[in-house]
Amino acid sequence: MKKIEVVRNILEANESIAAQNQRLLDKHKVFAINIMSSPGAGKTSLILQTMARLKDKLRIGVIEGDVASTLDAEKVKDGATAVAQINTRNMLESCSLNANMVSHALNSLPLKNIDLLLIENVGNLICPSEFVLGEHKRVVVSSLPEGDDKPIKYPMIFADADAVVINKIDLLPYVDFDIASFQKALQGLNPEVKIFLVSCKTGAGIEDWCSWLFSEIKAKR
Amino acid sequence: MHELGITESIVNIALDKAREAQANKITKIYLVVGELSGFVPDCIEFYFDFLSKDSIAEGAMLNFELAQAQLRCRDCSTVFCPQDTLWNCPKCQSQSLEITGGRELYIESMEVE
Repeated sequence: MKKIEVVRNILEANESIAAQNQRLLDKHKVFAINIMSSPGAGKTSLILQTMARLKDKLRIGVIEGDVASTLDAEKVKDGATAVAQINTRNMLESCSLNANMVSHALNSLPLKNIDLLLIENVGNLICPSEFVLGEHKRVVVSSLPEGDDKPIKYPMIFADADAVVINKIDLLPYVDFDIASFQKALQGLNPEVKIFLVSCKTGAGIEDWCSWLFSEIKAKR
Repeated sequence: MHELGITESIVNIALDKAREAQANKITKIYLVVGELSGFVPDCIEFYFDFLSKDSIAEGAMLNFELAQAQLRCRDCSTVFCPQDTLWNCPKCQSQSLEITGGRELYIESMEVE
């Protein structure tokens, strides 16, 4: 019997494909964001609002990740330059996108005609936090009906986020959601995070979100 | 939920290393899994038996070392391991905390013949 040292990160395969994805995106000057949330928080609605506001300034591509169906791809196709749908139901893992799935989707998109790529992850607050995809920014959408305790219950996904979009603020009169306590918990984990209060239904706050996104894209160029 | 792909990576890395070491059999793999990583050792074990079949890793034992969550208070620099899910600094009660440990996921070493 012989003991050998290994010390190798088990996620290295995903991370190296993610780095390849990012090089490909950079080569074509595509700015990519990974949008994560629990199911129903408003990822697709945020994409629709973002496209409505930015489509005259930017060519927008979308990757839709869902366990099943092309419902979201259908919803976003009118505002997008190109859409790729990933269904995870028949893949090794169904709970999150990973860099390999995104790599295949990138091959099917006309990257040279895209400025901004919105990647909608599978609705889940746990698994997507483990897998980088090659994105430039990680964004978490959290919505009022989910409760203000989410950063405490799912710290990893919030600790790594570049921006958190708090959606459905039009419901504030009807639900018990303490914005200050959400922000305190979130900033405790992640002092640098950008926070946006929006309603994808009324359009409130979307302008601030889009201005940030636009300025990040310009800064990257 | 996503342990299948992870276990596939474990098998690949282990076989790579065993080949480098010119080993004929892998008998034990020592893994470090952070308690904050979303990976469940029982699931990894289950998939490992399936994925290592007919390879030199078949029958290898998996030894899991659980790496505790570790936090550092940004206000008073106290480093501590949280005992429950409500994270507060034990010294100053601050909730401004940096995660400094508990997200590990790596193969530390293995025993081969």
